[in-house]
Amino acid sequence: MSEPPGTPLLDVRGVTKSFGHGRRRLTAVDGVDIRVGRGETLGLVGESGCGKSTLARVVLGLERPDAGSVRFDGTDPFTLKGRDLLAWRRRVQMVFQDPFASLNARMCAGDLIGEPWRTHRDIVPTARERDRRVRELLSLVGLRESDAGRYPNEFSGGQRQRIGIARALALEPDLIVCDEPVSALDLSVQAQVLNVLSELRARLGVSYVFISHDLSVVRYISDRVAVMYLGKVIEHGRADDVFDRPLHPYTAALMSSAPRLDVSGEAPGEEIPLRGEIPSPYGIPSGCRFRTRCWKSEARCAETAPSAVTREPAPPTGRERHEGLCHFPLDG
Amino acid sequence: MPAPDGRIPSGAATSSRSRPPRWWLLLGRDRTAAAAATVLALVFLVALSGRLFLGDRAVRQDLRASLRPPSLDHGFSGLLGTDVLGRSVLARLVDAAGTTLSIAVPAVLCSLLIGSALGLWAGYHGGVRESVAMRVADVILSFPSLLIAVVVLYVFAPGAMNIVLILAVARIPVYLRTARAEAAELRSRLFVDAARTFGTPASAIIVRHLLPIALPTLLTVATLDFCFVMLTESSLSFLGIGIQPPEVSWGLMVAQGRQYLRTAWWIAVLPGLAIMLTTVSATVLAAWVRLATDPGQRWRLTLPRKRRGARAAVPPEMIA
Amino acid sequence: MKPTDLPSPGRPVLEVDGLRVDLHTPSGTVRAVDGVSFGVHKGRTLALLGESGCGKSMTALSIAGLLDPVAEVTGGSVRVSGTDVVRSSRAERRKLAGPVLSIVFQDALAALNPVQPVGRQLAEPFRIHRGLSRRRAAQRAVELMTRVGIPEPGLRARSYPHQFSGGMRQRLLIAMAVALDPDVLIADEPTTALDVTVQAQIMRLLRDLRTEREMALVLITHDLAVVARHADDVVVMYAGTVVETGPVRDVFSRPRHPYTKGLLDSVPEHAVRGRPLPAVPGSPPELSAVPSGCVFRARCPLAAERCARERPPLESVGVSRSAACHFSEEFDRV
Repeated sequence: MSEPPGTPLLDVRGVTKSFGHGRRRLTAVDGVDIRVGRGETLGLVGESGCGKSTLARVVLGLERPDAGSVRFDGTDPFTLKGRDLLAWRRRVQMVFQDPFASLNARMCAGDLIGEPWRTHRDIVPTARERDRRVRELLSLVGLRESDAGRYPNEFSGGQRQRIGIARALALEPDLIVCDEPVSALDLSVQAQVLNVLSELRARLGVSYVFISHDLSVVRYISDRVAVMYLGKVIEHGRADDVFDRPLHPYTAALMSSAPRLDVSGEAPGEEIPLRGEIPSPYGIPSGCRFRTRCWKSEARCAETAPSAVTREPAPPTGRERHEGLCHFPLDG
Repeated sequence: MPAPDGRIPSGAATSSRSRPPRWWLLLGRDRTAAAAATVLALVFLVALSGRLFLGDRAVRQDLRASLRPPSLDHGFSGLLGTDVLGRSVLARLVDAAGTTLSIAVPAVLCSLLIGSALGLWAGYHGGVRESVAMRVADVILSFPSLLIAVVVLYVFAPGAMNIVLILAVARIPVYLRTARAEAAELRSRLFVDAARTFGTPASAIIVRHLLPIALPTLLTVATLDFCFVMLTESSLSFLGIGIQPPEVSWGLMVAQGRQYLRTAWWIAVLPGLAIMLTTVSATVLAAWVRLATDPGQRWRLTLPRKRRGARAAVPPEMIA
Repeated sequence: MKPTDLPSPGRPVLEVDGLRVDLHTPSGTVRAVDGVSFGVHKGRTLALLGESGCGKSMTALSIAGLLDPVAEVTGGSVRVSGTDVVRSSRAERRKLAGPVLSIVFQDALAALNPVQPVGRQLAEPFRIHRGLSRRRAAQRAVELMTRVGIPEPGLRARSYPHQFSGGMRQRLLIAMAVALDPDVLIADEPTTALDVTVQAQIMRLLRDLRTEREMALVLITHDLAVVARHADDVVVMYAGTVVETGPVRDVFSRPRHPYTKGLLDSVPEHAVRGRPLPAVPGSPPELSAVPSGCVFRARCPLAAERCARERPPLESVGVSRSAACHFSEEFDRV
């Protein structure tokens, strides 16, 4: 697989994670590779059951993968212990999907943002330093200093999400995994929070793994994108490449199903109807896992799993290749 | 519409959401719960300070004044009548309140502390620790508590300390199970995940996040358990293996007054009433506490009593 | 999905006129819906578009008569096929639920009885309102399941709700809602909890059913794109009031209210990567703290002194279009 220029900040190779045992074994993530460079935003797109949340938890060290490796700036966090593990935890943080559930309702904003420091006491040694930093973070995400003493139920959803972002910044991480950060927010507020994230990226150089099911949001904020289906990355490449000329039928179907805002009066583009629903993750189809819903599927798709296909013409070296797993990729 | 001055547009709302009303105001609005709370407060007050005003009236015998019915003729001590030895029933009620509560409250506190701590720890970690804790709870629960109490107190001498111990141990599983259930549910919440991503150790997560959320439920259980413990102590005293004379508890008073039910009903009935009043008040208050301490359910307290469990299980802010 | 272009003749089958709903909260009474009016004709889809706190769900619940006990209708009327449901008694409303008016909720799992097989739940409307025998009602239930696209309906009628996927459950809810051929079907965020590819299927099903049975479909949503693709007319709501109405194509290409324009601009679809999105500052107000005068003025770039004094009435700004803004005349999409 091609690599973005320079050593990647996050290098995930062949990660597999399953839950349960026997017949009730669920492979949530099946041999996934992703790479994120410094200052870069990788969009992770997929529907329910695709494994994106599990992958996020593996990246954050909340779940241990069954196979494969995770390398953060060259180090495998799963080999770290004690102080080293604690030091690593500073470098990767997460913004959660649900602004209501990810904040403890009984703690005020200042305590919530400062909670990470209680475990990493060396960052802000004095109470004064702590208060100063809390005020700094609050203003960084567009909240008022006086908000530090308020409780989550006194904030709106968008404001709570800002608190979550401020908290994720408290340890000054290099990489932030954003798990559907704007899905639970009102439309007019989504744009505000997206702006906060963009601004932080420009100002602090932080990298993002941006997980979302909303294609237009992913396209806007991501440099590169990976599309997941039932535990596998079935297409990846630069955001414009993937969205303008999708390689994999699933990506194309996703894009045509997602309603668009165009009301110019022309007939909307052909909607690609997908058969049936996403198969249960307990019974993943043989060969190509998308074949049960794919209009191009043939016998070959059931027999062999497709290998990576690159979109031609290959881009100049240094640029990310556009690849997908399909026997019969779509023409550009 | 560009952001002003290139600053990130302020997310601050034009007005803050309203703070939840203070709990004493909430209590004031619900008359039944307020009455219950007042009764309980009075009982505690009497238990704590009553003995100071009594002097020795609780034990002063006056055989000439034996079995007097409640009347206003003989001053304060005669208000609720006297028992067979001429002792003032009112004074004995006050004295007994102190004893009864001095057994019930420590027992509840003990089991609350030990059971909750074990339960939260077991529930958060899960796995072997959870199984072991649950089996311990099962073992304790499988013995009928009253029977055990009888056996233990018969073998060892009955006394206030032993009673407290027995009751405390017998009730630990109640808190253990509740705390474990709460912790098991809370451990998969997002803010706990968030705490783990900062590297917070398990003990800190339990104390900082799980305990404050589980506490209201545990306190509600404790309030109800208080009734149970009080009644158990009364039963034990009634059976003769609880509080021994010359000390007195409400249950003991009922036992002692049993043979006089036809002739001097006040000796047995009045302490019985005291037990009933206290347990009913505690139960009513427990129902209120359950709603008041859960921020998500508090809105129900503003509905008229008969509509509280009613259809719309949807708080106002979830609609629209 | 192509919107229907032909206007429907006659009176609207659903007419909401000046609806006012008050909400009793622990800290006092707030007005959740303040003077909302709109109409829907048979065979057309109207979208109630707005963010949280705008009152769209309250409006829907008021129409369906499901408001007790914290909220009550304090003014206005709601006429469904001529009958004023607000003034009707509970018994009369119960008769209308199903054959005349029906509602599909967002959370299918909560709306279905978890301990009853779905076949029996689907048969229930037929037994209650049409008095069919158990066997006949069961037959109709299976027919319904076939119509909404549930595979092997005869077999699956014996399954329980949790044994279906999210999309299938939503189809079941829709089946229950259209069982008695209502005149008006209200869909409250019917696809929000579903995957994108399943959303498309569900919306197509709703559209087909609407055309087939000549229903009026009221779509409650906060998703602009869903409105653009699936609705004929739109009513934009904010803080309990209507700020703009009109055919979707016209309103979205030439909005006449700053809020509508703000929403349309803040969608990342046409944004350029790297440049900030033109976001509407602030957030929707608390119902207990709605600004005086124009409800939107705290966030509006055009707010003037007049906006604080007078609330702009909902006035006509074109053919079948209206907007509530003092500056809707001068206001034009740049």
